[in-house]
Amino acid sequence: MTAPDPAFEADCIRRILAGEGHLFHALIRPCERSIFFLLLSLLGDESEAEDVAQETAIKVYLNLKNFRGEAKFRTWVLSIARNEGLGRLRKTGARREDSLDAGTDDQTGDYTPAILTSWREVPFEALERQELGALLRQAIERLPAIYRNVVLLRDIEEMDVRETAAALGITEGAVKVRLHRARTLLQRELAPKLEGFAPRSKGLFAWFKSMRVEP
Amino acid sequence: MRIDCKHVWQHISAYIDAEVDAELRAEIDRHLETCEICSAILDSTRNVVVLIADDRVFELPAGFSDRLHTRLETELQLTGSG
Repeated sequence: MTAPDPAFEADCIRRILAGEGHLFHALIRPCERSIFFLLLSLLGDESEAEDVAQETAIKVYLNLKNFRGEAKFRTWVLSIARNEGLGRLRKTGARREDSLDAGTDDQTGDYTPAILTSWREVPFEALERQELGALLRQAIERLPAIYRNVVLLRDIEEMDVRETAAALGITEGAVKVRLHRARTLLQRELAPKLEGFAPRSKGLFAWFKSMRVEP
Repeated sequence: MRIDCKHVWQHISAYIDAEVDAELRAEIDRHLETCEICSAILDSTRNVVVLIADDRVFELPAGFSDRLHTRLETELQLTGSG
């Protein structure tokens, strides 16, 4: 992700409102990824997400004078993206079974991690291979939406807890709980599978046990 | 009091984000020194977090940005400030 620069944003906004509309391209560019992936997570369809991302950008432009600078610009943009996305879901009636504002954090579930005895190497080289990326994307896609959205903003777009909470309209406490559960679910799903992507020989993982120890 | 494995697992995410207080952090660190399983769970969770943050995993669709800015340009022209 491209880190937003508040001073640059403030200057851009001031000049855009004064008539230099072309600067909006530069203002919105660092937010593009976050807008798209938030919407993809909400809508579950790339072309829908892209369409609503465009609508969001236009809405941001048309409402720029309403940005008060109390929140970070990207947080404000993402809250608009979220509203646009929820609006699209309502319109199409294709609401996912568990959308952004549905679900509570008191649901019981098994958040026990996969037990293994050692895994120090991160298989970065293997990211060049399509399969690893696909594996990671599938694991995230399979998360319940309320967890997927938090992972997406916190771990993929690397937003902080406060900004994530503001963008999703939930408390910081809920962000932390959901992130913890999401990471545990991902570790449980992925750690056994990532064995095959270890940078060294398979012998390194001979000790690996995918079974879980019940608490 | 020594904390158990399950207690450590409850705080793994906060530990990775450096959001546990100093006292709990010290307890977890003491536990990790002697518990190979929790140590590996922490490493693998952290590795998963590092991997999914890699830009190669989640890429924008090809041409996304061009299409977005073309549409924006049209809008900017319409509002007369392009």
